[in-house]
Amino acid sequence: MKEVAFFIGAIGALGGAVAVIALRNAFYSVLALIVHLISLAGLFLLLQGEFIAAAQIVVYAGAVIVLYVFVAAYVGNVEEPLWEPIPGQRFIAPLLGIALFVELSVAIIGSSLASIESDGPTVELGFGSPSEIGRLLLERFLIAFEAASLLLLVAAVGAVVLAGRHRADGDAAPASGPPETT
Amino acid sequence: MDITWYLVLSALLFAVGVTGVLLRRSPLVILLCLELMLNAGNLALLSFSRSLGDQDGQVLALIVMVVAACEVVVGLGIIVAAYRRRIPLNVDDLRTLRG
Repeated sequence: MKEVAFFIGAIGALGGAVAVIALRNAFYSVLALIVHLISLAGLFLLLQGEFIAAAQIVVYAGAVIVLYVFVAAYVGNVEEPLWEPIPGQRFIAPLLGIALFVELSVAIIGSSLASIESDGPTVELGFGSPSEIGRLLLERFLIAFEAASLLLLVAAVGAVVLAGRHRADGDAAPASGPPETT
Repeated sequence: MDITWYLVLSALLFAVGVTGVLLRRSPLVILLCLELMLNAGNLALLSFSRSLGDQDGQVLALIVMVVAACEVVVGLGIIVAAYRRRIPLNVDDLRTLRG
């Protein structure tokens, strides 16, 4: 049963990932990413990461994808020219990707880590539950948690400064807008 | 189900993301491919967390998710700003930082 669920999730995740890079229209790529993220959330559930799976759905398939959809609709379809600055780029790039995959697989399969050869140890009932993750975040990883919140604040301010700026060559002075901090 | 399967799948997804970054030239799609790679990393983190029976990897995956969200916000802000200034959205042309 677990194998079936794994292969369904793996096919979804892989199909979504390949569709992201293969589709010409950026909007369809964003939609393919949703398939990828939801399949990946299923795989996270198989790995006993309940809270991570829920956060994956809420943060990625919710917030981040909405942002991507709006920007893809705003910018429109960016046509990619057929002219290639690097000759043979479309043949070399997949080749390098395959080489990287082979290399990583050799490293994973050839490693002598005993713990990855098994199903994993039996864990207690609350493994990966929101309460356990929350306890870890607020006790052991408090510094990382606070740093992450600070990073989110800086990113939000940065996005406002980057995207919300008035056109310099348009209106004379953004008198009505908020004062810009640099 | 061996944890090795999950790790190999994560390597495959990472390689697909790298191929996308090398292949595509629209900055929006390149950001999507970065998401693919970060998610592959998250899958590897959760696999190791499961194989060791330790929840620290899941916390690290959560932090990776936060960093990915920040990267998306700033990246999309740059794309929108470039589009407003009529700069062509093509990474071959976006070689300099000069606006």
